[in-house]
Amino acid sequence: MQTVTQIPHDVSYLDYKGKYKGIFSWIFSTDHKRISLLYLYSMLTMFTVGVLLGLAMKLELIAPGKTIMDPQTYNAVFTVHGVIMIFMIVIPGLPAVFGNFMLPIMIGAKDVAFPKVNLLSWYFYVLGAILVISSVLFGNGTPDTGWTFYAPYSFKTGTNLLPAIFGAFILGFSSILTGLNFIVTIHRMRAPGMTWMKMPLFPWSLYGTAWIQLLATPVIGITLVLVALERIFGIGVFDPTLGGDPVLYQHLFWIYSHPAVYVMILPAMGAISEIIPTFSQKHIFGYRAIIASTLAIAFVGYFVWGHHMFTSGMSGTAQYTFSILTFLVAIPSAIKVFNWISTMHKASINPEIPFLWAVTFIFVFMIGGLSGLVLGALATDVYVHDTAFVVAHFHFIVFGGVGFSFFGAIHYWFPKMFGRMYDKVWAKVGWAFFTIGFLTLYSPMFYLGMLGMPRRYYDYLPEFHAANILSSLGSWVMTFGLLIVVINLFRSVKIGAIAEINPWNGKTLEWTVPSPPPVENFEEIPVYGEKDGPYEY
Amino acid sequence: MEHVVQHSDPHYDPEASKLGMWLFIFTELLLFGGLFIVYSIYRFLNPEAFQMAAHELNITIGAINTIILLVSSMTIAMSTSSLQQKNKGLTVLLLEITIMLALIFLINKYFEWGVKFEHGIWPGSQHLINDMGQGEILFFGLYFVMTGLHALHIVIGMIIIIVALRRVQKGTTHADRPSLLENAGLYWHLVDLIWIFLFPLFYLIH
Repeated sequence: MQTVTQIPHDVSYLDYKGKYKGIFSWIFSTDHKRISLLYLYSMLTMFTVGVLLGLAMKLELIAPGKTIMDPQTYNAVFTVHGVIMIFMIVIPGLPAVFGNFMLPIMIGAKDVAFPKVNLLSWYFYVLGAILVISSVLFGNGTPDTGWTFYAPYSFKTGTNLLPAIFGAFILGFSSILTGLNFIVTIHRMRAPGMTWMKMPLFPWSLYGTAWIQLLATPVIGITLVLVALERIFGIGVFDPTLGGDPVLYQHLFWIYSHPAVYVMILPAMGAISEIIPTFSQKHIFGYRAIIASTLAIAFVGYFVWGHHMFTSGMSGTAQYTFSILTFLVAIPSAIKVFNWISTMHKASINPEIPFLWAVTFIFVFMIGGLSGLVLGALATDVYVHDTAFVVAHFHFIVFGGVGFSFFGAIHYWFPKMFGRMYDKVWAKVGWAFFTIGFLTLYSPMFYLGMLGMPRRYYDYLPEFHAANILSSLGSWVMTFGLLIVVINLFRSVKIGAIAEINPWNGKTLEWTVPSPPPVENFEEIPVYGEKDGPYEY
Repeated sequence: MEHVVQHSDPHYDPEASKLGMWLFIFTELLLFGGLFIVYSIYRFLNPEAFQMAAHELNITIGAINTIILLVSSMTIAMSTSSLQQKNKGLTVLLLEITIMLALIFLINKYFEWGVKFEHGIWPGSQHLINDMGQGEILFFGLYFVMTGLHALHIVIGMIIIIVALRRVQKGTTHADRPSLLENAGLYWHLVDLIWIFLFPLFYLIH
């Protein structure tokens, strides 16, 4: 019998002194909470790069013609912006940070099922990020294909694309391992008495997400390998001069990359489903309907990839089938919105800062979702495809959806994660600037797209000038708000007021453990009784 | 005390590690699934060229390799049951045989590819691009990618089996704690299974 070292329960995970010292106590830690913070800080670094690239693009577009960069640089900037933001921020975003931190605690477990694999997936994340960055720093030219790596240009371009492709492949592997870990954790490690129908909604959303990560990511993995082999050897599968079909690449790419949109949005919705009942102090309306819609989105999301290719060459039957299926996805999403609103109905709402982020999420998500229907309808898509309209829709859904939810979640769980409370006034100021800036930045793009301004050009016709100035101004306001939010949180890690165990009067299990939680989360594994549930107010 | 299994580690959950392995196998199947889709589409578009090109492959070597992999699957399954019967020596021997068989498979593959290279057939080779049709280019492109990726999985499988072998020798994987060996076996069966699909697709369909 091996002796098991007893880990004291009154030491928080932040103060615990393990085998390693200093930075090694972080990068060798298999504690899900430390891994979560590793993800948080590495994502913040990459996010800063992505935001700066975005700002550079908006600055270029403030006036027609060349402003600060030439066309080739602009192509490189939107490519790297896309790769970083998609593969390193919004896809891992909520699962890797809040999923890692909160999932075990919310289901009453001491850690995830495979703590070492969990750390390994962070190593893969870092390796992938380094590879992508190396494609910028070395070789002849930064990748300029866009984040979609479309064939045949992706193996014709002379730029340094291979490291970026391998980086994306490895980031996919990191995503698979996280999803696998979460599925096993949820199946095997729920607290006694916590049946599936008593599990909180954030773990439920992570469960749906994990299945998508598991089932869709391998397909893009092999697709990226094929593009790399096409570049190195010329195997011909996507090269029309050798008999291959570039449209097949698009199919394979979107078979993953459309479900990936739900990898981004489902956990975001899950976090919102936690925040709304807590600040309404009310049982969530339609608990089962939210779960069903989560699974429905995860399922139907597999069959809609073709709507990215309405203008790429598909049969009429394929086009309207994909269009109808796309409309179907809107239904479960709307069910969720309906449930959130109904939860707020006649509740005594406590409009704290996480709640403000959550309602703004609903607002921008609805704009993004409804504009998505414009793109999902065949006739209108032919008109607005590849215009700024698509960029606006995409950023409303992905940045609006994931971004607002992420900031809502971090303001919600911050006192638990760091044991300190942030400055609430500055948090509100930051939220206000961010929201106003966000709307000013992306709303004009709907208008520009309807007028016919194409996306992915560094230049535009003079008649688009006014709306572009407005959009660029918005980018500065939004970044200013972002700075306030981030600085406020950073300061509060060190100097914020000591947080209580349950500052928001939440009912899920993470509010029963100390802030910050001890290494093993629970002194005794909690037991769910007949009457217990996550939202019993 | 026979019915109570005492574990030195309270976190040990054999069910969880098996579930995790099955999920991982699922992702591997999907990885190859992408390639099988590509293969079936191009086969549908170029039926005659695929038939012609398949004649270039050596059915004998393919069949021998199939038998080798099937036998190796059997030996690793036997090693799992001999571990359960607490026969450590036999377990080690069977694992060593499995590794040997995997190595023989790779050696055969090396000679098989070598013959192709001698005939000037490799992805992007002048002979392929100048003298053959697009269907043949695609066939051999897919042949090298799919058998190559499979060979890579053989190598990964061998590494996992070597790790399991060492654990069995050191005694950290034993009858009460067989997960690592069982998972290595599962993975090896996956590698075998994929070959069972590759062999008819490339060698046998005429």
